[in-house]
Amino acid sequence: MRFEVQVEVRLREGIADPQGQTIERSLPHLGFGGVSGVRVGKSIRFTLDAASEEQARAEVADMCTRFLTNPVIEDSAVSIEAVDAAGVA
Amino acid sequence: MAARVGVVLFPGSNCEHDVVEAIRALGGEADIVWHGDRSLGQCDAVVVPGGFAHGDYLRPGAIARFSPIMGAVAQHAAAGGPVVGICNGFQVLTEAGLLPGALQKNAGLKFVCTTASLRVDSTHSVLTSAVPHGTVLQVPINHFEGNYTCSPATLAALRAGERIVLRYLDNPNGSMDDIAGICNDGGNVVGLMPHPERATSALLGSTDGVPLLRSLLATPSAVLEV
Repeated sequence: MRFEVQVEVRLREGIADPQGQTIERSLPHLGFGGVSGVRVGKSIRFTLDAASEEQARAEVADMCTRFLTNPVIEDSAVSIEAVDAAGVA
Repeated sequence: MAARVGVVLFPGSNCEHDVVEAIRALGGEADIVWHGDRSLGQCDAVVVPGGFAHGDYLRPGAIARFSPIMGAVAQHAAAGGPVVGICNGFQVLTEAGLLPGALQKNAGLKFVCTTASLRVDSTHSVLTSAVPHGTVLQVPINHFEGNYTCSPATLAALRAGERIVLRYLDNPNGSMDDIAGICNDGGNVVGLMPHPERATSALLGSTDGVPLLRSLLATPSAVLEV
């Protein structure tokens, strides 16, 4: 089976986010009021071939722990969607 | 016999020659070790120098920790051999799990390039063993991700074990507890953001890196072959 995977890498709660803070401070100067809680992360997308969705999820979880995130400061949100060989959901 | 130091070169390292020159100027022997090798050869100490190993892709140190040489570096560290990570090298050692915590982007998103005043807060490390407690040193810093971060439990363990080796007098990057450098439990693995190799000649503005590197060279250690 083929899966489209999106991993969102986020800073853990309580970890200072200097990029988010800078963006949050900038927005009012551009006329965007009322914005709070800005957090900056990164998005990693890829296609994964695996025997089942369960196996795909396990593999992505392992990737996140060992490589895609630094568990000291980051966590991740994963979305997985089964697609056909042409990449259509 | 002078200590022999292996200086690890990753694609993107840029301080390896500075370290080699500084060690040689102090009477030590130093050689560059390619990251793709699996052996350090015969060396007393390892330095992981500054730069941008593997372009800092994903995160600083995230890819470098999987370089073939890192197995030998971990073995050297486990055998009690001295390992010092400077700047990007500190980031590599935390990613490799040889030191706890992580280095976050500087507070205020400021790239800092200046001379920092550091206080030696522990002599229980291979880099500070010959420097009196409380000594203040002027050493250059040059980084964007030097903001040391760890869990409260790790910070408590670092404090209790006298493992906070160097602190900034005037915190330049938001680092927790003003941490500039830490060591492992055994004191043989040290990571620091400042660059002692850039403070080894009056012509460079400071010689305060000399006592740190001299401590490393004076560390008694059997010649290990890993």
